[in-house]
Order: sequence, then structure tokens, then C-alpha cells
Amino acid sequence: MKIQPDRRSADTPRDPFALASTRVHEAAGPGRRAFALFQAARHPGPLVWVLPAHQHQRPLPAGLPQGVADRLLLIEARSETDLLWSVEECLRAGPLGLVLAEPEKPLSLTAGRRLQLAAEAGRTPGLMLIREGQGSTAAETRWACDPISAPWDSTGHQWRLIKNKKGTTGLWTVHWDGTSTTCHMVSEAVQ
Amino acid sequence: MGRRQLVIWFPRLSSDISLRRRPCAGPFALTLRAGSADHLHCLTAETEARGLHRGMALADARAICPDLSTRPADLAQDAAGLESLRRWAGRYAPQVAVDGADGLVADITGAAHLFGGEAELREDLQARLDRAGITAQSAIACTRGGAHALSRHGGGIVPEGLLADRLGPLPVTALRLDHDTAETLARMGLHRIADLIPLPRAPLVRRFGPGPLQRLDQMLGTLPEPVGAPPEPPHFGVRLTLPDPIGLSADVMAALDRLLARLCDRLAQARCGARRLRLELRRVDRATTALEIGLARAMRDPDRIAPLFRKQVETVDAGFGIDGMRLEATLIEPLLPEQIGARASRPQDDLADLLSRLGNRLGFDHVLRLLPAESRIPERSFLTAAAAWSTPAPHPPLRRPPRPATLFPPEPLSQTSGHPPARFRWRRMSLTTLRATGPERIAPEWWFDDPAWRSGLRDYWRIDTREGPRLWLFHTPQAARWPSEGWFAQGEFA
Repeated sequence: MKIQPDRRSADTPRDPFALASTRVHEAAGPGRRAFALFQAARHPGPLVWVLPAHQHQRPLPAGLPQGVADRLLLIEARSETDLLWSVEECLRAGPLGLVLAEPEKPLSLTAGRRLQLAAEAGRTPGLMLIREGQGSTAAETRWACDPISAPWDSTGHQWRLIKNKKGTTGLWTVHWDGTSTTCHMVSEAVQ
Repeated sequence: MGRRQLVIWFPRLSSDISLRRRPCAGPFALTLRAGSADHLHCLTAETEARGLHRGMALADARAICPDLSTRPADLAQDAAGLESLRRWAGRYAPQVAVDGADGLVADITGAAHLFGGEAELREDLQARLDRAGITAQSAIACTRGGAHALSRHGGGIVPEGLLADRLGPLPVTALRLDHDTAETLARMGLHRIADLIPLPRAPLVRRFGPGPLQRLDQMLGTLPEPVGAPPEPPHFGVRLTLPDPIGLSADVMAALDRLLARLCDRLAQARCGARRLRLELRRVDRATTALEIGLARAMRDPDRIAPLFRKQVETVDAGFGIDGMRLEATLIEPLLPEQIGARASRPQDDLADLLSRLGNRLGFDHVLRLLPAESRIPERSFLTAAAAWSTPAPHPPLRRPPRPATLFPPEPLSQTSGHPPARFRWRRMSLTTLRATGPERIAPEWWFDDPAWRSGLRDYWRIDTREGPRLWLFHTPQAARWPSEGWFAQGEFA
């Protein structure tokens, strides 16, 4: 007998920004931190942000979405190896809601795969804030994020899904004010 | 048979301990500052023979004995030294207590024969203390008061029943009386203890209060005075000596499991959990390696502690083998018993385990939590604290005007034009202002001298650029010589 898909779930539009919870995702572009904070606000549970110890651009609690600063743990990694190790440990541990990391170098094939396995083991999503062109082939989805400037408001973002292992890519222009867990979608254009 | 009490008096405890740590030739004394002058606190026998005495002003002492070398007294070190002596004296009696600031009292009832008798016990004690370089006088009597009195006046042994005869000739100060009482007694012609014994008791009590007679009764044994040794504080250290040296990390981990099981049992009995653990590995050639781990939460679960040691154990050089291990909980916290059962592990336990793992590799000061702080200065509007040593605190709700999502040290802008700048360069990008919101003026905290804020007031602007980045810029009007100078970027909005 063929299993019928659930009607309701098939009818209701899927949230395009939901990250698969057992995978590691990537975000690139100048708006990647905004995308990361948007995702952080949507994931309940403790958050971890792993960054290199020498990086001076740090989150400011007063500017984060409501509730994110209370749950956030910052981890300073002295080397790239420590950073990847921390991300793997955090993904594998299980109690976290989302793991954010800012690697400086492109991930090797092994590292990318190991992170995916760790995310599967711990059932924790990860989001790597990568630099332009440093994507890993193991990533489940990759988002190119750009802030959009408009003369009338300053909340515009363009989030492009440029890689998706289990679905289609897409482009969304949204208005997100940087504080809430929801965003106002302007248009949806499927490439 | 009555009780037998041993009292040991260390007349030069402070100087003996100080000299044991760092020997010093020639006349030596410890000084203690009282008021605005230094006084001699403790001095060696050689120095006393030169005419100095306790309590003498240091200036006088130097005049008498110019080659006197002194060190400041360390009362905490003395107390620790006396405590070690108390633990050492446990070899003579099960119950040993500290008697005043420089003495010990032990109940040796029924224990003296183990050393061949009371005289032999005293000789053994004196010989050992002499070898350690600690001056001591000891006395054994039926009562604690009697032994105390005798130890301060020559020492010796008082056989049972002869207490009044032997101690009668001692001065009344031997009764542990305060200075005023002893002086008044002496003024009335009561110089010796024997003078007090035949006196009618009621007038004495009326004149001096119950103190002198109580001390006298305690000395003569009509009023009991037990040793009252405090219970030993629990010691959270276990050791394992191996018959054959081991060198494989798996073997060390197996031995560690045994040690941990014992230590965690002991912690559970005391209702404590460990926060820091120290493992000492002793090699065959007597070299010792110490490994330390920290825990993000008080814990006494061997299965969760053991893996934290694994990485460090693997780096240890075992040499010709390890034949002894010692595990100690160097920092403990109370931890109440918890319900155990088939329930899955709790999220906060998992998080604490994660923090322990991260902290032990990266350092606990690199796993941070953001705590709120009371300041309008953006850099000081939050504190970063080690996550293992802090509890989360709720941040105040967001307020207007909005703050940037990320903050960085001020970066100067170049090629600025206009006020606020219509065009500028930041991080090698040429940016054009689309909309500027501001200014928000933030004044430095005058009570806190921050080098970064020496340039005075800051006018903060939110600048939306045509190219995308939404920056938080500030201008320092007090430090700028012309308006286009003194622009910095300090944050980026989401």
C-alpha cells in the first residue's frame, strides 16, 4: 500500500528558511551575520558562536534579537583546528539549538564530512559563516546573503539559496528588522 | 585508671617554622607590626641569650644586637604549621587538638604502652621534634590543665595522684589565668598554686569570679576537661600504588577508573562534587607528572569525568613506567544527592559536560557568556565571563535607538566628505551614504579613565550605505580639528 502524504503538511507552504535540523549549512556574503542572527532567533535552546580568538568583530548583546544574548555562548578558538574541533564537539553534544561558526579557511572534504556526521549524531543544526568562495561540498544548503539598500527603509535583505542538496534553490527578498523571529517576505522568485 | 593527657608546647613555633623554610645564620627574629611600630614576635634561643625578649620594639632590639636579621611574621603560616604538627602528633594518640596558638593536647590514655611507656613516648617525641628543628616542651599528667601548666614550666611527667604535690610550687600564672587576675592574686600574696588550694572557695569566687577556681579544678581533675579534638575534615584524595610499572594509556585510564570510583564514593558520602581534579602520576624514577582538569559543574560521576583526562593522559611521558597514582579533588562544591533512574540525561548536564570538554582544551576563559552590565558605553554595556563560572543573567529588553548587532574596535574612516559623511572609505570599500540617522550623543564616563574614550564625546550615527553595509559610525567633535576629520566605524547592523 502506498503511503499517502499528510494533506495538511502538503498544503501549507513550507517555511523556506527552515534549516534541516541534523545538517550543517553555510552562509556567505556581507549579510551572513544577519542571516545567522535571524536563524539564531528562530532556534530555541542554547546557542554557540565559535569564532577565532583574534577576531574583533563580536556580537553586541544590546543589538541582538530579543532572547539571543541570554542563550549565547561565545567560544574563542586559537587556531583553525581548535575551531573545527569545537564545532564538532558542540554539534555532537546534543543540547544546543544552533551552532554558529566563522571559519577562516575553506573546509577540507574530511572536515566538512565530519561536521555533517557530528550534526547527525547530535541532531543539532550548524551554520558556518564562510567567506566568499570557500564553500564546502558537504554543506546541505548554502545561502548568499546581501543587505539591500532602499531609500525608504533599512531592513531589506536578499537571501539566495544557491545550493541545496534536497530541494530547489531560490531567491527571497525579505524585510527583517533584526529583532523578531519572523520576517516580511517581499517577493519569492524561483530561479 | 584515670586519663592521661599529653600537652606539647612549642615556645618558638613561628621562628622554627620560618627557619625550617629558609635557614638563617646568626641572631634571628620575626617581627610583627603593632600600631605603627614593629615588635619582636618570636626569636631564637641564641637571640634571647643576647638579651632580647618577646614584645621588644625592633628599634631597641637593633640597638642591642645590630646584626639581627628579621623577617615579618606570618600568622597564617604559623597556624598551618601547627595544624601539620597536629596531624603529625596523631601518631601518638587518636585524639589530638590544638591548645592555644602554640600548643597541642593529646589524650594518650591507653596508648603510651605502644611506645614502651610514658617516659619513652616523651623521649621519642622530643627526639623527633629536635630532629625536625622544632623546639618543644612536653608534659604528661592526669588532667589537661596540669599537663598544660607543667609543659610551660619545664615539662615532665606527673604520676597519678601526685598532681597537687608536683604542681603546687608552680606560679599561679600556670593556671591559664588572664594577666590582670594573676597580678591581683600576686598582690594579695598568692604566688603559687599551692597557696590557692587551701583557701576557702566562696570568698575567692566573690573576689575573682569563677575563673581561677574553675582553672584550679580543671588542673586538679575535679572538673573534667576533655581534649575535644575537632572531627577530621574530609579529605578528597585517593592513591593507588602499582606492583608493576605501567606505560600504556589504556592501563592508566583503567587505574584512573578505580581511583575515580573511590573518590566519587567519598564525594557522595560528603555530599560534594568536584570542580577541579588533579591526577599525579609517579614514575619509577620518582619523577611526577601532574594533570589537571576543570569541570563546568560540580560533578561526581566517574563515567563523565574519566574521558576528560584522556587527552592529557595520552601526552604523558611514562619513562620507564608509572608505579603510583594519586587523584585529588582540589576544588569541591556542595552537591546534593539526586534522583537516579532510567531517565535520559538532562540537557543542563549535557551542556555542562560540553563546557567541561571545551574548557579543558581551549581554556575555561575562552568559553564565554555575555552578561548584562550597567553602562551606556557600548563596549562596556556587557561583560564577558567564563561560562563555567557564571550563571546566565537576563539582558534588559532592547531599547531605542537600536544598537548594532556586531561591534568592533573603532576603525577610522578615510576620504570622508560632509557631515555626516556622504562618501567615505571603510575596509578598502568606497561607500556612499543613502540615509543617515542620528546623532546620538554618548558622553564618556568621567569616573572611569578609558584610553579609548579620551577623545571625549561621541556622536553616533546610523549610516545606511548604497552598497549594502549598515554601519554605526561616530564622530568625535571635541577631538576633531575640522568636521570631516574624526570619523570612525564601530559596529555593523544586521
